[in-house]
Amino acid sequence: MAAGERTWERPTVFRRRELKWAVYAGILGFFVWSGFGVGADPGRIAQGLGSAVSLVGDFLPPSATPRQTERILEKMLESVAMAMVSTLTGIVLSVPIAFMAAENLSPKPLYAINRGFISVSRAFNAIIVAIIAVKAIGFGPLAGILTITFKTVGFFSKLLAEDLEDIDMGSVDAVRASGASPVQTLLYGVVPQIIPRFAGLSVYRWDINIRTSTIIGIVGAGGIGSVLLTAFNRYDYQYVTAILLSIIAVVLVAEGVSAVVRRRYN
Amino acid sequence: MATDERRWERFDRRRRLGRFVLTVVAAVAVVGSWQFMDIGIVRPETIPREVGDLLVRMYPPDVAYTTRIVGPLIETIQIAALGTIGALVLSIPVALLAAENTTPNAATFWLGKLVVTVSRSVNTIIWALFFVVLFGSGPLAGAVAIAFRSIGFLGKLLGEEIEEIDFGQVEAVRAAGASSVQVLLYGILPQVKPALVGLSIYRWDINIRDSTVLGFVGAGGIGVQLFRAVNAFAWQSVATVLLVILGVVVATESLSAYTRALVR
Repeated sequence: MAAGERTWERPTVFRRRELKWAVYAGILGFFVWSGFGVGADPGRIAQGLGSAVSLVGDFLPPSATPRQTERILEKMLESVAMAMVSTLTGIVLSVPIAFMAAENLSPKPLYAINRGFISVSRAFNAIIVAIIAVKAIGFGPLAGILTITFKTVGFFSKLLAEDLEDIDMGSVDAVRASGASPVQTLLYGVVPQIIPRFAGLSVYRWDINIRTSTIIGIVGAGGIGSVLLTAFNRYDYQYVTAILLSIIAVVLVAEGVSAVVRRRYN
Repeated sequence: MATDERRWERFDRRRRLGRFVLTVVAAVAVVGSWQFMDIGIVRPETIPREVGDLLVRMYPPDVAYTTRIVGPLIETIQIAALGTIGALVLSIPVALLAAENTTPNAATFWLGKLVVTVSRSVNTIIWALFFVVLFGSGPLAGAVAIAFRSIGFLGKLLGEEIEEIDFGQVEAVRAAGASSVQVLLYGILPQVKPALVGLSIYRWDINIRDSTVLGFVGAGGIGVQLFRAVNAFAWQSVATVLLVILGVVVATESLSAYTRALVR
């Protein structure tokens, strides 16, 4: 009987078994090559882990003199302040860009330009943006604000544009059919549909911005990062641990606030 | 009629009050922040001019420089790949600890959560600073930094996947007399395998972006070249590096999206 000959095979994404093994072998080969490429020989790793044990002792316990504590507080406030200001500027700038980057609301060339801008913003790590911002406008929190604003625009307008593409065009048409001008169509047909997402996204991005603002000081763009780099360069490892703990604490608080707000207002 | 007097309102009074308070708090925070930073800020209106000036100096990109960045670029990709595979191996036990249904007891559960939290709260660049101290500067420190940053991400999301598995299958494997390793291999792993592959590829994509900046703190990759070019004010070379990074990141993102669509 035909039914007796039926065999079961596990579902797989590959059409042919040979292809599957070729892909696996290729991936494995790549990892081996990478291992040689970064100089990851077992001896060196063992040595590094060995020195890690003694070094961890240098990092503990965390400690900071009263002056250092003051410095952490001041620079941490600067980080949080940068995040606050640039979340607002970023969101304000994102709104027009998001509308222009939504396929259903924007003409083709404008759509392409704005999508391109979003890709550029998302492709570059905040540190890269920060280092260029610092060269352009000098050290300090202004470069940080510029960096975070730029990163926020890429993230925020991408997600907002996707929401705009998902809206119910029926209600937009209804508003338009009642004789509304283009501005009125946007205000009463489009905006009410995205407001809830808008609030959630803003808080989410604020949370990410707090994280970003704690590190871009490493390249001179203001905030606690500069203190961290200096402490590392001075081999003041107990102070480094104190700074790291303060960063972790702030990041966790921001994450908690963001989670609570998103749950209540989404 | 009573029903005629009812009015429709979008939100009840408590929600409106809550929203109002939240808006005021946010506004005060932003204004206060701007005031606080006033010391560090001089004339924001010069930003467009300065940035425009920089862009003019970057054009045209220095094409000849591309030959110099091929090596560092490959190194960047290798760092990201090794970091991701290292994180994958290390995150499986973390995920098992951080999932409520596989963790042995409350203490191990919190240990898992602690590892996830610390890994996620510390940025890649800070992990890199740390591992450059341990391993010396070079790509090895970068790969380990990428791995340690990714453990939290993979551990958290994989843990959530494990919490959602069908425990009946695990019981069945155990009832057949399997050891705990066999339970893991035949009861749990097959159920989370698609998520495992998808999450790893997604993280690899993020890691490519992250590994482009490791060079700033001496942890290898294309960031070293970028940092040098920036410090030498060789803006046309900077433009070349930036374009190459853009190309690689966009290519990675497409590959990642395509592969994740395959396994889903």
